[in-house]
Amino acid sequence: MTESAATIRVTNLIKQFGRFAALRGVTAEFDSGRFHVILGDNGAGKTTLLRALAGLADPTRGEISIFDKNPHEACREIGYMAHPSLLYDEMSGMENLRYFARLYDIAGDARSSEAIRSVGLDPELSRPVGKYSQGMRQRMSLARAILHDPKILLLDEPFSNVDVHSAQEMVGLLKQMRDAGKTIFVVTHQAALLEGAADEFIWMQAGQIVDRTRHLVPDPAGRA
Amino acid sequence: MSSLRSITLATLTKDVRLEWRSKDAINSMLFFSLLVVVIFSFSFDPNAEESRQIAGGLIWVAFLFAAVVALNQTWARELRNQVLDAYRVSPAPANALFMAKVLGNFILVSLLEGLMAPLFMIFYNLRALGPAWQLIPVALLGTWALVVNGTFFAAMSLRTRSREIMLPLLLFPISIPAVQSMVEATRIILTGDGAARFWIVLLLTYDVVFTTACLALFETILQAE
Repeated sequence: MTESAATIRVTNLIKQFGRFAALRGVTAEFDSGRFHVILGDNGAGKTTLLRALAGLADPTRGEISIFDKNPHEACREIGYMAHPSLLYDEMSGMENLRYFARLYDIAGDARSSEAIRSVGLDPELSRPVGKYSQGMRQRMSLARAILHDPKILLLDEPFSNVDVHSAQEMVGLLKQMRDAGKTIFVVTHQAALLEGAADEFIWMQAGQIVDRTRHLVPDPAGRA
Repeated sequence: MSSLRSITLATLTKDVRLEWRSKDAINSMLFFSLLVVVIFSFSFDPNAEESRQIAGGLIWVAFLFAAVVALNQTWARELRNQVLDAYRVSPAPANALFMAKVLGNFILVSLLEGLMAPLFMIFYNLRALGPAWQLIPVALLGTWALVVNGTFFAAMSLRTRSREIMLPLLLFPISIPAVQSMVEATRIILTGDGAARFWIVLLLTYDVVFTTACLALFETILQAE
């Protein structure tokens, strides 16, 4: 950690859906090259925060700065993986990635093949994604998120419905990416998987960040 | 500009591939318009002159309803697995997605028209008394009018709970000038009663105005939560 300058700055971020405030004045700074885990109960605002960072939920008030740009301007630096796969079920993994590569002006198949191999899948697999196992689908979804080699990865529930072995493999992969300098945010309910891999645990409650810890410590308020 | 063109082409190719594999839209459209042709032919028993008078209305109404089936499918595919979010987080221009969807729907509806028009001719014993070649610009401009607005309003109703109902509610009223132009132009060409030029120019104007408006507004629709 030689760079101490914050990559991502969130200032008094408020996000309302009608009368419901999903985020209530979140202010935080996140350094680059670190592995952040966002934890909290359902409805705490974890996914909304991630979607706001990805540029999918525009703030009602407040600001987000990513490399001194707003999330839309910084979209080439952001890789986003949601709870659903964000893939076309009727196409193979390679066909999916070939299409998404075009959206980032990536020509040829080399980068798509590399992304698929990096998550431990075979680019030659011709089966449609809809017939993949849940674990394979999650990996392919991760391959889509890293396709354009973003500096920041935003991953929402990447281990849900994935067996322990596959989840541990994904954690290993994320550690490698962090070591390669990527900034990673993971929203999860399976925090124990990330103990030892993550650099920071961010605790959210009722639309606010209430704590930031280096370790996954038992929480006296019962948040975990 | 090259990025807009290449992403439009990539998205169009992807959509054609998905439709080729699932055949969701084309099958529903074909079945629906075939039903309309058969039911109309049993419901009315017009002579040759009456056929020429009413065929324009029947054929375009059938295509309008059939197009709605395809238009609803267009965006439904992007909602499964929230794939649209993958597009929204990318630097790809919103209009590339819109143009690809419009072109995809245009191809589908034109294909349907190409298959169904001869059937209409047979069932209603139609023969154009005016310049038949003018049916081609009417069909092209009319189809474009339907799909450009239809694609836009289908995107607009994407996040509503009853989008299948919402699309015709939004689309049909705004399509009235275009449908009237199509019907009148077709009737004039079939009966040979006057010149269809005015209606063709009106259709062209309608297409230019609404294509421009849809392109200007689509990014707002795409990024809406």
